[in-house]
Amino acid sequence: MGRPEPSVVELDQVRFRWPNQVSDIISIDELTLHAGEHLFVRGASGSGKTTLLNLLAGIHVPSSGALRILGTDIAALAPSRRDQFRADHIGIVFQQFNLLPYLTMLENVTLSCAFSKRKQARASADGGVHDAARRLLNALNLPDDLHRSPVAELSVGQQQRVAVARALIGGPELLIADEPTSALDSDNRDRFLELLFQEAEAQDTTLIFVSHDPHLAGRFDRMIELADENQGERVGL
Amino acid sequence: MNLLRLALKSARFRRTSLLLTVVSIAISVTLLLGVDVVRKEAKSSFLNTISQTDLIVGARSGPSNLLLYSVFHTGSATNNVTWESYQAIADLDDVAWTVPISLGDSHRGFRVMGTTTDYFDFYQYGNKNTLEFDDGEAFDDVYDTVLGADVARDLDYEIGDEIIISHGLVSADFAEHDDKPFTVVGILNKTGTPVDRAVHVSLAGIEAVHVDWQGGSRTGLTLDAEQALKFDLTPSSITAFMVGLDNRALTFRVQREVNDYAAEPLSAILPGATLAEFWRSISTVEQVLFVLSVFVLIAGLLGMLTTILSTLNERRREIAVLRAIGARPTTVVMLIVLETLLVVVSGCLLGLGMLYGLLALSRPTVARRFGVDIAPSWPDTTQGLIMVTVIVGATVISLIPGFIAYRRSIQDGLATRV
Repeated sequence: MGRPEPSVVELDQVRFRWPNQVSDIISIDELTLHAGEHLFVRGASGSGKTTLLNLLAGIHVPSSGALRILGTDIAALAPSRRDQFRADHIGIVFQQFNLLPYLTMLENVTLSCAFSKRKQARASADGGVHDAARRLLNALNLPDDLHRSPVAELSVGQQQRVAVARALIGGPELLIADEPTSALDSDNRDRFLELLFQEAEAQDTTLIFVSHDPHLAGRFDRMIELADENQGERVGL
Repeated sequence: MNLLRLALKSARFRRTSLLLTVVSIAISVTLLLGVDVVRKEAKSSFLNTISQTDLIVGARSGPSNLLLYSVFHTGSATNNVTWESYQAIADLDDVAWTVPISLGDSHRGFRVMGTTTDYFDFYQYGNKNTLEFDDGEAFDDVYDTVLGADVARDLDYEIGDEIIISHGLVSADFAEHDDKPFTVVGILNKTGTPVDRAVHVSLAGIEAVHVDWQGGSRTGLTLDAEQALKFDLTPSSITAFMVGLDNRALTFRVQREVNDYAAEPLSAILPGATLAEFWRSISTVEQVLFVLSVFVLIAGLLGMLTTILSTLNERRREIAVLRAIGARPTTVVMLIVLETLLVVVSGCLLGLGMLYGLLALSRPTVARRFGVDIAPSWPDTTQGLIMVTVIVGATVISLIPGFIAYRRSIQDGLATRV
């Protein structure tokens, strides 16, 4: 790379284990991600994917080592500041059941902004929060007539796209997706990935995509593998 | 979207179980407030059994006993008051009016009370209520009788019916004053006092049925109703009498005068004070009622706790999603406390509505059957306090699921498996 870009994610000798455990669940010596980079994290179940997710999102802090997001040492923040940091800078998409069933599609998307003034300000930069949500949903192939419908009536594929819209509204720097395609069939999966990449690129969002499915790896810039023995092992590309 | 709206929408989504909880809280609140209303009404109705009467005088005995037999027609007098003593006290300067009471006979389980027509003018209960006639008028003839509302209703009597008085308190064939029937000339309105259960006759009537009796049995001589009238029907003694004074401030002086009455041992009691004292001695009943309804409330709150705890599992996803978009653990706790508040406040309001609905619906029936008119009124301090206690208690209880959700949201974090 020509010019030094600020790293979005920076892990240095990160270890994590629960207080009463003898071995580390997470052990990553070095990992740096720049703006707009797409990382594929592969790992079987039990390999610490969820723990890594919780670490990146600032729910847990590393037992040792440094974890910086956008240059901020997450462990140094008070828990409530970590929550706020997550609200402001990170979007998260789960495997499934991403949405609050009692809210409409639009409300689910705009809810992100309720917890972050920064996201709210950015989303309403041109037009209001609702317009931003509508634009995102439209871009993700969710037409206006669906926006006010209860989310329980949506297909899984549609729900996952709403989740992407919710994660991306307000332009967070980092998008973490945890097996977002595991409940989709292959057609839907491909279309979902395309839209995900398209919108992430449109916002220059760094993407961390966690999955057990190695077939998806080819579509990403980089990949790391979390070993079954809970030993993080960097696999360059 | 603010937290309250989020809590409302989330609660609406789980409305079935929450509505049931609201109803169960409402029922406990209705019961708790209802017991309070009944307690207060019972107390005020009891304390107002007799009003505007300054003193009740009878043979010397304890105040409760005198009150019980003279006003409640329960138990019996230890002794009588001679007619002469009665006259002497009635003639005291400070005495405005007196109403004699002569007890001892009964009619099919109801006490017969001999008195004068002054009774219908001076006896007052509640907030200065005097006795009113539902039908007919006061007795005039020796063999006239005026029935309390319950007597007429239970025995299905009308004006013009003839009734037989039994000697003593137990109806028995051999002790009927069947030769001297009384004619019903008046029926009183319901009062909610022992008056409802009394058969009123004149003092002369009491004397007339007893002219051919000595002690507890008939003399050999039999006199019919007409013949009895030829005797002097002024009683030689009465059971007790009510006294009204010209000036309330003189009550204690007259009381002392009666208590010091030299010719025979007499007691004068202040009915209001004695009623209050008596109520205190039987108020354990109201306390038991209150404690019972508190337990019902606790059961209602525990039901609410169970419901909220059981929803925590189904809300795990919801909490993880909220955490993912930046909600703090305390925000999650707030949502649960808000939901509890929502449930318990709705429960209180519904309970209050149910109580007032019930009171309004039952008002005519209660007034007719118990003689107590429960007018609708705003919740008083006690009721307000009860509801505040319920709401505060529920909020404190909601901290249990709140705390569990807090710990879970920290442990689970963004765990996606449920």
